[in-house]
Amino acid sequence: MNTLRLALKMLRRDLAAGELRVLLIALVVAVASVATVGFFTDRVRSALNGEATRLLGGDLALIADHPIAQKFLAAATRNGLKTANVTTFPSMVSAGEGTALSEIKAVSSTYPLRGLLRIASARGADGSRSAADRDALGVPQPGSVWVADALLVKLGRQVGDAITLGNRQFTIAAVITKEPDSAFDYFKVAPRLLLNEADIASTGLIRTGSRVGYRLLLAGPPKPVEAFQMFAKANLGRGERLEGVRDARAEVRVALERAEQFLGLASLLSVILAAVGVFLVARRFMRREFDTCAILRCLGASQATLLSLYLLEFLVLGVLAGVVGCALGYGAQYALIKLLTGLIKAELPPAGWVPALQAFAVGLLVLLGFALPPLLRLRSVPPLRVLRRDLPIAEPSSAIAYLLGLSVIALLLLWKSGDMQVWLAVLGGVAACVVTSALLGWALISAAARLKSGTGVSIRYGLASLRRRAGSSITQIVALGLGIMALLLLTLVRGDLMNSWRNNLPADAPNRFVIGIQQDQVAELKKFFQTYGLGARGDAASRKQQPTARESAVPQSAEVELYPMIRGRLTTINGRPVVAESMSDERSRRLAEREFNLSQAIGLRSDNRIVAGAWWHAGDSEQLSVEEGIAKTLNLHLGDTLTFNVGGTMVTGKISNLRKVDWDSFKVNFFVIGSPGLFDNAPTSYITSFYLPREHEATINAMVQAFPNLSVIDVGAILDQVRSIADQVSRAVEFVFIFTLLAGLIVLYAAIVSSQDERMFEAAIMRTLGARRAQVRGTQAAEFVVIGLIAGVVAAIFASAVGFAVSVRILNLSYAFNPWVPLVGIVLGVVGVALAGFAATAQAVNRPPLETIRALG
Amino acid sequence: MKNDLPHLADDRRIIVSAEALGKRVATSDMQLTILTEVSFQVTEGEAVAIVGASGSGKSTLLGLLAGLDTPSSGRVVIDGADLSTLSEDACAALRGRLIGFVFQSFQLLPALNALENVMLPLELAGQRDARQQAQEILGRVGLAARLGHYPKQLSGGEQQRVALARAFVKRPKLLLADEPTGNLDAHTGQQVIDLLFQLNHERGTTLLLVTHDEALASRCVRRLKLVAGELVTSSEALAR
Repeated sequence: MNTLRLALKMLRRDLAAGELRVLLIALVVAVASVATVGFFTDRVRSALNGEATRLLGGDLALIADHPIAQKFLAAATRNGLKTANVTTFPSMVSAGEGTALSEIKAVSSTYPLRGLLRIASARGADGSRSAADRDALGVPQPGSVWVADALLVKLGRQVGDAITLGNRQFTIAAVITKEPDSAFDYFKVAPRLLLNEADIASTGLIRTGSRVGYRLLLAGPPKPVEAFQMFAKANLGRGERLEGVRDARAEVRVALERAEQFLGLASLLSVILAAVGVFLVARRFMRREFDTCAILRCLGASQATLLSLYLLEFLVLGVLAGVVGCALGYGAQYALIKLLTGLIKAELPPAGWVPALQAFAVGLLVLLGFALPPLLRLRSVPPLRVLRRDLPIAEPSSAIAYLLGLSVIALLLLWKSGDMQVWLAVLGGVAACVVTSALLGWALISAAARLKSGTGVSIRYGLASLRRRAGSSITQIVALGLGIMALLLLTLVRGDLMNSWRNNLPADAPNRFVIGIQQDQVAELKKFFQTYGLGARGDAASRKQQPTARESAVPQSAEVELYPMIRGRLTTINGRPVVAESMSDERSRRLAEREFNLSQAIGLRSDNRIVAGAWWHAGDSEQLSVEEGIAKTLNLHLGDTLTFNVGGTMVTGKISNLRKVDWDSFKVNFFVIGSPGLFDNAPTSYITSFYLPREHEATINAMVQAFPNLSVIDVGAILDQVRSIADQVSRAVEFVFIFTLLAGLIVLYAAIVSSQDERMFEAAIMRTLGARRAQVRGTQAAEFVVIGLIAGVVAAIFASAVGFAVSVRILNLSYAFNPWVPLVGIVLGVVGVALAGFAATAQAVNRPPLETIRALG
Repeated sequence: MKNDLPHLADDRRIIVSAEALGKRVATSDMQLTILTEVSFQVTEGEAVAIVGASGSGKSTLLGLLAGLDTPSSGRVVIDGADLSTLSEDACAALRGRLIGFVFQSFQLLPALNALENVMLPLELAGQRDARQQAQEILGRVGLAARLGHYPKQLSGGEQQRVALARAFVKRPKLLLADEPTGNLDAHTGQQVIDLLFQLNHERGTTLLLVTHDEALASRCVRRLKLVAGELVTSSEALAR
């Protein structure tokens, strides 16, 4: 108890003296960043778990890309389960002059089996949930529909108005205010329209090429549900899958896990930086405590007493940091949720205490791994130091000390990323960054120190000190470099990437896709396009044109090309069955499970390019042209034979060429194209894309009136949605990076402070020798400028490299070097270090030298 | 003050004048008085020892005389300049021009080697032949072979000699040294003492030395004895 009291007294003293304040702040930042992300993901996850049955709309769902087979319905009845049918597909709806794409959902009267639908009889004033909303009893009556508020806005209609869907007219009976299974639909192409299952046939919308999803919802006591599940599992066919409560919204879960991983790693970066800060402060603290320890030892304190004294002091500090950090994190997660507000529509339950515990543990681990090694040294201070001040101080540089810290970091990383590959990549990336900047720093410092001759005394002495303090100088460079790099990446580089991505799209690229065109509509539709002067412009050539040329171009309307589209599933490659489970990566698994959109063509399109093999000649048959990207993913080669199941018929062809396709052009393209005649007997619909000038929106209305079964997809709107999601997510990540930046600043401060004593002392000596303020400042400036300069250069190199890698490797864009990156990096580095450094050593030039020397002992 | 001792100003100029110097520091619960009403004068070329028990305020006095510290009361006049009227920066300039200071614990700059340490005061003053002068004086203190060594690589005695060379290299009018032999063995101490007085004779440098060392004190013309912060004697007669 005595030890505890003494430890608390020491802590109060050290905090008051500012000694450990930086350490406390570093720990608080680390804990807060982990807690913020932890609380956030915990809330979203428990929302997912809590609403699982509601999200599913039942206890179990059978999902298929074709109508549900009779055997499943029979099995459900046999087990006494309640069932509900859900059929979904996108379609155009119109009301008067307005048309809009809508997500149609036709449900049987039993829907939903779990959860509640809420509706209102009028729009809310602000467009959001109106005050008068209520639980929906049942589903829309035949002849009426319920729609999402967004659809009313798009069409300019109210409850009670008429709306046309396919061949039929309906009455809008209510506004949907809450749909049980859409709380996490953050990527919905179009607003919802709910109608009665009985009305679906009369719309005439379900035809070849319609993208229809079928869902059988089931609910009942656990035993029968389990029995059905057993039966269904054994009888699942192609394109059929079961979704239970546990894998409800699997795609949302996967997305959440990704986000969690990403945010987790971002928060971990701040933990790593904070750990470096903790280490620097603890080391300086240790050096200052050496005398105290030596004296205590002389007075008879045992090693154990000393150790427990300091351990207790730091433990109390860790607990303090944990409490403050968790509180901060709890507040900060609200900001995070606010930033992602459009993406999460569900009401989130309050956060649990597990994330707090985890963040707390992270704080203590960092303290243990990075403050303990220097502290352990204090234990072994020789009492003789009281007599001989110049007795060498043992540095905590033993391999064990660093190993402890490193393994703590490695452990945290593994826990946060969970994935060995990600773990290695991040660890490797950070290590490479640190090592490279350290080496670069070392090389540049050595080079700078060689500038000796021919410079003034201030600069020369500054450079000499820089080299002598190489260790701490390099630490400062690495820390500062990491901080500046994060800043550059988040501002300049990110902006550049977003801009070049945006500019990469031609202004007149196709912005509308039309799907579900029937064979007998092809000629009519072509005539329609001609009548309205619509053309598919924006081909490869116009992308290279100057903007002025593009603007002045006369709107010419090349004939709109309609492409045949056949849906087929890849069943065998070279006679071997394709088994999705055996595919190595997720993307190939998805491709193997999904239906391909196939096409056939006589000639090669001008915007596709052959990269291997040759296009077929007239008379060639049963040949396939495959897009090179998918060929790589599925490991397909020239000469391979592929068999597709097309509507029950097996169609086989041989790969005669590989094509390169410009997906960014937003034109219709296909992974696999067959030679003429290959898919002639298959059910075929047509697809096209065209550019619709903004002022011609009305044309779409005319098209939908003339061809009610066509779906017109507004690619521009989808693109905008993708962008806004990307913006929101990157803002959320940026928010977490604020902690990283804070931690970077702390390390910078700690690094500068760690050599502050030396600098002040040297300044005092120089003053004694007659150095004027300007000369002392000049010396320090030389040192600070070089450190800031090197850090800025290192940061600019890494930020540019990351920008280059992302744009070339991931976005497939040519990289344009931004000269502001190094400029801003260097200015930030130099000004930052100089300001912090001058502030830290101001006393040395402003008070009598002896005071400084005495204060530093 | 000037009228009190007119006879001393006849042939030799007064270079140091301490006038009623007092130094007090505030501790947590009380005011600690280190020096009280210390007054004396030193003329050019004199060698004066400041002696007294540990804690009597010797080092504090020396720091005040060099303008490294500010007195709580009284004033210091160096070569006619009242330090209390000078800014910190002007004080530094005056030190650069007139004063050499030798710290008890040498205080060499660890980033510079012996030669660079000695060159530093000359360079700070903007002198051109710094290297040559520094080499010469290091030769005088017997360190010609160790010019490129860093403080860490030098023994205590060698460091002390570099510190002396650094203090002397600018040919200061006034050399203030705090226990210049305190860290040295008798033999090395004697060497340092010889060096000090040799330079005193050759260059007419005024020496003001804080010391415990009887051998050193006995070489000085005059002793100033401090007891608990007060000057008890400053007579030539008591020097022996």
